[in-house]
Amino acid sequence: MTAARADVLVGGASQTRGEALVLRAPISFWGGVDPATGAVVDVRHPDHGLSIAGRVLFLPGTIGSSSASAVLLELVRNGHAPAALVLHEPDAILLVGLIVAGEMGWQGPPALRLDRSQHAAFEGRRLAIAPDGEISLVA
Amino acid sequence: MTLRLTAEERASAGGRDGAGAAMAMRVVVEAARLLGAERLIPIHSAHIDGALYHGASGTLFAERLVEGGARVAVRSTLNVGALDLTGCARVRLAEPARSLARRMMDAYRTLGCEPSWTCAPYQAGHRPAAGTDVAWGESNAVAFCNSVLGARTNRYGDFLDIACAISGRAPLTGLHLAENRRARLVFDVSGLSRAFLDSEIAWPILGALYGREAGDVVGVVTGVGAAPHEDRLKAFGAAAASTGAVGLFHVAGVTPEAPDVETALGGERPESVIAVTAEMVATAQARLSTVDRGAARLDAVAIGSPHLSADEFATLEGLLAGRKARVAIHACTGRHVLAGLEASGSRKRLETAGVVIVADTCVVVTPILPETVGGVLMTNSGKFAHYAPGNIGYGVLYASLADCVESAVAGRPRLTRASE
Repeated sequence: MTAARADVLVGGASQTRGEALVLRAPISFWGGVDPATGAVVDVRHPDHGLSIAGRVLFLPGTIGSSSASAVLLELVRNGHAPAALVLHEPDAILLVGLIVAGEMGWQGPPALRLDRSQHAAFEGRRLAIAPDGEISLVA
Repeated sequence: MTLRLTAEERASAGGRDGAGAAMAMRVVVEAARLLGAERLIPIHSAHIDGALYHGASGTLFAERLVEGGARVAVRSTLNVGALDLTGCARVRLAEPARSLARRMMDAYRTLGCEPSWTCAPYQAGHRPAAGTDVAWGESNAVAFCNSVLGARTNRYGDFLDIACAISGRAPLTGLHLAENRRARLVFDVSGLSRAFLDSEIAWPILGALYGREAGDVVGVVTGVGAAPHEDRLKAFGAAAASTGAVGLFHVAGVTPEAPDVETALGGERPESVIAVTAEMVATAQARLSTVDRGAARLDAVAIGSPHLSADEFATLEGLLAGRKARVAIHACTGRHVLAGLEASGSRKRLETAGVVIVADTCVVVTPILPETVGGVLMTNSGKFAHYAPGNIGYGVLYASLADCVESAVAGRPRLTRASE
């Protein structure tokens, strides 16, 4: 079943699946996420200790460190990137990491835009992301 | 909004100028689409923050540009790297990261960037003219460039900074547009005592408070009195850009786009006015420290974020007054200052006095300070105070430079009223 239709910001693989992780607060990728593992390492973040690797990551907001793109690119290269990114609003600094991944020939996750009011309903669900931005629940 | 490219830009993205230039142009174009820009604009210079090592991917990206024959099209200075190539300070970065970090620094040089290796390029001879469009990275440098120099830049992140430098283009959006540079918030410090405003610690503390209050909204600071030294504006912007997404601030009667409050506001009414009180200052100051101010332990003293100027080194030497520090004072700076310190004999005197000069890099981006559990770092930098706990695991005691020096000499924290 279709749960939501999001705008595609950066395209990814033909179809992506993963379990949703809805972050409870905005995050800075630099200093907030370990580029080697995908663990949330910001001790002040409410989701500290969880891992974003392989998850459909819903971001209520990003705190724009200028090295966020470098952290995301490193996660793509070492296989610890989220399965997909769902942002409330586009963050060009972060998404440049995905643009560069594409240039390097490394398959990165798709990035979608969806209003944060719709994020919470997905928490913990298994999701499939279609190339056109359709988000559906997997039984 | 649809992005319109010139024939020149399309040809470059298609490979006319080589694979490296094409990749850079495509990154700029894709970023412009995400940002909703209508077109690209030519830039006059760049300051590149992307040569700091975060993992092998960044090294491979830079080397791909080199292999593709890319060269920067405009003057491009480099922000700090992960190594001190001058050999002043020992960096404990282990292999393979060490070699990868070195390869990354070499690749950016090969692309034609200047080996400035400083977060204060504006004090190393890179000062774009007011009103010119540039593409700068590193949050404090962006704030200084927009606010104090009056040149126009957005906050360019890793990869986009070098892509702009190679293509010579940037997306026309944000602070490149005059209408987005108008202040919408007034940050009024006229209610604070003259003694506080004239003190060294006023600027980092007010910056930290300003960043938290303003976020990414452009504001104008009023009531500062006499024009502050450039080093104080540097400290304000660095602290503000640590606690908020501050790309541009105005100071009425001081910065170039704010001859007065009305001009900074573009003749319109402010959307909000913050009357700063002594209580707000006290709270902001307390937040810069993460350990109890009665702490007895002192493991390190670090200054120089942003990198110290020659004037700041002269102040440091004056405060040391020939005494020796028991706890080393790590003083971060760039090569542009180091040469002068060597010529004057100051470097030797400072090192004899227990100062560890750190050049090309700094103590919160790479392992230099001793590994510690529960270590306490004293600093006069709002930016070090913000990043040290998360990045290197030190607790922070925020203090004036004079108190940093007295504490280092005593070997334990000594806070006078000026730091309380």
